[in-house]
Amino acid sequence: MDMSQTKTPVQPVDAAPDSAVSTRNISKTYGAVEALRDLSLEFPRGQLTSLLGPSGCGKTTLLKIIAGLLEPTSGTVEVNGKTVTGPGPDRAFVFQDFALLPWATVLRNAAFGLEMRGVARAEREDRAAHYIKEVGLSGFENAYPHELSGGMRQRVGLARALAVDAQVLLMDEPFSAVDEQTRRKFQEDLLNLVRNENKTFIFVTHSIEEAVYVSDQIAILLPRPSRVSEIIRPTGFRGKGVDNIRRDPEYLDIVDEIWASLRSYVE
Amino acid sequence: MPNRALLLKILSAALLFGAWEIAGRIPVSFAFPTFLESMSALFRMIGDGSLLIAYLETLQPLVVGVVISAVLGIGIGLWVGLSRTFDWLFSPIFIVMQAAPLAALIPLLVLAYGIGLTSKVLVVCIMAMPVIVLNTSSAVRNTPESMKEMARSYLASEWEVILKVVVPAASPVIFAGLRLGVSAGFIGAILAELKITPTGVGDIITFSRSIADYPAMYAAIFSIILLAVLFLNLLEAIETALFKGNQRGYVSD
Ligand SMILES: Nc1ncnc2c1ncn2[C@@H]1O[C@H](COP(=O)(O)OP(=O)(O)O)[C@@H](O)[C@H]1O
Ligand SMILES: [Mg+2]
Repeated sequence: MDMSQTKTPVQPVDAAPDSAVSTRNISKTYGAVEALRDLSLEFPRGQLTSLLGPSGCGKTTLLKIIAGLLEPTSGTVEVNGKTVTGPGPDRAFVFQDFALLPWATVLRNAAFGLEMRGVARAEREDRAAHYIKEVGLSGFENAYPHELSGGMRQRVGLARALAVDAQVLLMDEPFSAVDEQTRRKFQEDLLNLVRNENKTFIFVTHSIEEAVYVSDQIAILLPRPSRVSEIIRPTGFRGKGVDNIRRDPEYLDIVDEIWASLRSYVE
Repeated sequence: MPNRALLLKILSAALLFGAWEIAGRIPVSFAFPTFLESMSALFRMIGDGSLLIAYLETLQPLVVGVVISAVLGIGIGLWVGLSRTFDWLFSPIFIVMQAAPLAALIPLLVLAYGIGLTSKVLVVCIMAMPVIVLNTSSAVRNTPESMKEMARSYLASEWEVILKVVVPAASPVIFAGLRLGVSAGFIGAILAELKITPTGVGDIITFSRSIADYPAMYAAIFSIILLAVLFLNLLEAIETALFKGNQRGYVSD
C-alpha cells in the first residue's frame, strides 16, 4: 500500500493548525449515483466529530475516503497537513460489521494491525493484550470471534484500532450492531477514551441522541448528493459527567433542533 | 464429545459390513463374495506382500497426480479467482474437463504419452484438478469485501491480503475441493490401471477377475476405499489444525 505520506512531513501550508483532518471539496460518484458533492469539513485535533445523517447519505463513503480505502472523484483529504493517497499509519478504522478474522483468536485479531506493521510477535501480543484489557476483554484472549457477543466483537475491533496507536480513529457506526444497554456503556467508554487518549475521533452515526451525547462537533449531512448542512458544537454539558448529560437542557434542545432540521428529509 | 463421532463411524461401518456379509451369503451374485471371505483374501495378500508391492506401483501416479493437482489446482484457482481475465479464460476449460468422459480420453492420452507413468499421472490430474480449481476460485471470489478492506486499512500489502485474509477465508471451501479432488484422484489412479496397462492394484483387480478369485478382487477394491477414507481423515485433521476458528461461525456472523 501507499505509505508515501509517512516519509517526508510536508509543511502544512493552508491547513488550520488545530485541524487533524480536513476534507476539501470532496465529490464522489458511483456510476450514476452521486454520493458526495463538494464536501468540505474540518476535524479539530483531539476532539470527536460525528458525521450524522440518514442511511445512504454517504457517511461511510466519506469515512472510507478519509481512510484512503476509496478514492474521491475529486477533492483532497489532508491528515496533519499531508494529502492522503491511501491507508496510512496515522489512521485506524473501526468497522460497522467488526471485520474480525473468524479463524484468528481475539489476541491475534487485536494484534493484526501491528502484525501488518511488522512488529515482532512477542511485542505485538504484549501490546494487543494491554488493549484487550483496556476494552474490558481480559480472559478472552484465546477465544474465537464466534464465541463472543456482538458487543464483545466490537470491543475487539476497538482494541485492534487502539493497538496501532494511530492519531486518528475512524469509526463507522461502531455501535449500531449491538444492543441498547451495551451501546450506552460503549458511549460512556467512548467519552472516556476521547478524554484520555490524545486522539482525533471521526464517528459515523445515524442516531441523533448518540451524536449529541458523544460529540464535540456534529456535522449534519443531508441526503444525496451529500453535503454538510450544519455544524453543531455542543459545549455546555461536556464537563458535567456522563450521568447528567441526558438530562441537560442543552442536550435536549440540540436533539430537538437536529430532528427539526432532519425531519423534512425522512420520508 | 469427540468419541461420539468415532462411535457413530464405527457403527455405520459395522452396519455396512454386516449388510455386505448378508448379501454375500444370500448370494446376490456368484461373483459377489462375503465380507469375511474378502477380508481373509485381504489379509492373505497383505501377508504375502503382494498388496504392498501393488501399492508401491499404484501410489506413484496417485501421489504424483494428487500433489500436482493440489498445488497447481489451488494455484490456478487463486489466480482465476483473483483475476477477472483469467476467470474468463480458464474457468470454461476446467468446467469442460470436469464433465469430460474420461474413459473416452484415455486412448488419446496413451497415443500422445504412451503407457507409462505420464499417462497415468495425467488421468489422476484430469480427475482431481477441476474440482480443486473450481472450488478454490469460487471461494476466493466470495471473500467478504469488508475483511479485505480491513486488512488494507491496517496497511496490508496486496500479498498480505491474499495470504492473511483471502486464503484463510477460502480455506473451508478449498479443503472441501481438495477432499473431492483426492477422492476423484483415487478413482483416476485405478481407472488408469484398468484402462491403460494393468499394474499395481488395478492388476490385482483385473487378474483376480480373470481367474474368478472374487474375494481377492473385492479385497483390492476395499483396500483402495479404506486408503481413501484414511487419507480424507488426514486432510480433515490438517484443516482443523490450521484453521481452528473456521470450524464454526464462518465469516464474522
Ligand atoms: N460500491 C458502491 N457502488 C455503488 N453505489 C454505492 C456503493 N457504495 C455506496 N453506494 C451508494 O452511495 C450512497 C452512499 O452510501 P454510504 O456511504 O454507504 O451511505 P451511509 O453510510 O450514509 O449509509 C448510497 O446511496 C449507496 O447506495
Ligand atoms: Mg454506512
